[in-house]
Amino acid sequence: MKKSKIFWIYIAVALVVYAIVELLIVNGQLDMYYSNLFITIAINIILAVSLHLVIGITGQFSIGHAGFLAVGAYISAIFTTNLGFPFPVALIIGAIVAAVAGLIVGIPTLRLKGDYLAIATLGFAEIIRIIFLNIDYVGGAAGMQVDYLTTWTYAFFGVLITIIVIANFTNSRHGRACIAVREDEIAADAMGINTTYYKVLAFAIGSFFAGLAGGLFAHNFFIIQPSQFGFLKSFDILIYVVLGGLGSLSGAVIAAILLTVISLYLQDFPETRMIIYSLVLIIVMLYRPSGLMGTKEITDFFKFNKKAKGGKVNE
Amino acid sequence: MSDLLLKVENVGIQFGGLKAVSGLNMEMHAGELIGLIGPNGAGKTTSFNMLTGVYKPTEGTIIFNGKKTNNMSPHQVTKSGVSRTFQNIRLFKDLSVLDNVKVANHSLAHHSVISSIFRLPSYFSGETKMEQESIEFLKIFGLDPYMNELAKNLPYGMQRRLEIARALAAKPKLLLLDEPAAGMNPQETQDLMGLIALIREKFDLTILLIEHDMGLVMGICERIYVLDHGQLIAEGKPEEIRNNKKVIEAYLGEEVTE
Repeated sequence: MKKSKIFWIYIAVALVVYAIVELLIVNGQLDMYYSNLFITIAINIILAVSLHLVIGITGQFSIGHAGFLAVGAYISAIFTTNLGFPFPVALIIGAIVAAVAGLIVGIPTLRLKGDYLAIATLGFAEIIRIIFLNIDYVGGAAGMQVDYLTTWTYAFFGVLITIIVIANFTNSRHGRACIAVREDEIAADAMGINTTYYKVLAFAIGSFFAGLAGGLFAHNFFIIQPSQFGFLKSFDILIYVVLGGLGSLSGAVIAAILLTVISLYLQDFPETRMIIYSLVLIIVMLYRPSGLMGTKEITDFFKFNKKAKGGKVNE
Repeated sequence: MSDLLLKVENVGIQFGGLKAVSGLNMEMHAGELIGLIGPNGAGKTTSFNMLTGVYKPTEGTIIFNGKKTNNMSPHQVTKSGVSRTFQNIRLFKDLSVLDNVKVANHSLAHHSVISSIFRLPSYFSGETKMEQESIEFLKIFGLDPYMNELAKNLPYGMQRRLEIARALAAKPKLLLLDEPAAGMNPQETQDLMGLIALIREKFDLTILLIEHDMGLVMGICERIYVLDHGQLIAEGKPEEIRNNKKVIEAYLGEEVTE
């Protein structure tokens, strides 16, 4: 009972944050530049959290996440711009197609482990990108004109849904099965967990939300080009997850916010931007090798009293 | 004798040119406690891996509970009622003690992914049921005070016990223990023997164990199989095994004849 109360408090806090930002945008205190920053942060959070499920929870080192971002972006763009569907419908269709792409890529590749899986997913992401590059219907290398439709409201609720779904999934028997696969695949298998099923499932859910982020991403910049979805984009997402701490959802969120803001402010120093960005990464990894949050969640810090109590009673 | 639970017929496995195990024949009846011994490298763990589906035998058949399990994958074998522990402990180290058992309890509840995501009533009832059942298992093993600790922080002996608890949570009919007493001191081994006897009674189990501690094996096993160089060299009651010439040779080498 208490757990669900805490859940609603979080939701309330989130909605207050949403309302404040929305109010500031509507009143014009936040100009395009800042409202765009908030939307970009939201998109990056969705990407980070979706990859967190694949790498942090299930332990499958996938570095092709930008491929599913591309699928979501192009499919949703086709549905709004070319076919005239309403934006929310196009977002969902884009996410579903990305999830299907995740299934198709995941079923053969998830038999591989470690480095081999990483290379295979990287390859598949490049294949997806090159497919879009060669389809004239979506503009090829020149890119595709897309309507500007993404608003803070869409972005915010995209983040909220992503976090709720992935957190709820993680805290169920299915999420535990995924963590068991991460911890020790052989032991998980021996305990009756269908490891292939859970790897593919986590991959498909991760791809679904990457597709959702893709839809938001596509309708935020007027134009999308295949070059935006190269492997550097995959690495950006990977960095959020690793920097935040593998296995920590709130870590992924914090890292996504932090790095998005840093890279935005560094745009004033174009010559040294990548150097400073890289230095930040190196310093964090040196002083916090398990990431900003390790495997902890931000909610753990509020639970101190409860845990201490539980321990004493049992002793 | 009660009904036949496991029948291993002429089973063997080949890795490239190496025959790790060949011509293995075993029979286990419900409720038996059987030992599998042999010098290092004799193929004991390989046999376990074949029984649990980790390796697919290249010859012969394994029939468990009337079903052929040769080509099943490990999780299918586990669901059909064979569960195991590992020689080198394989706990989910970064999960809590409770969660370790809950993972093995996976099939106890049936709430779906959708129900978990939307927190439908079946999610709450399923999770509660899993939690209660898992705590029951931990209590039997005296691990319940530590249920919120990470598995990797437990002392060695407790990790071994937790592994058995986890294996039991998968609801096996046949429990395979791979060197459960490895690294334990005599007192801990003594406790373990009591524990094995207890769970066997309580859960109506059939147990097959690999062990190097002869005191433990001779003390609790009703029958013993002896492997050497991948072949079965003896089978029988502990006292027969103790006096079997081939077994003594395998362990100590041949007697020097003058």
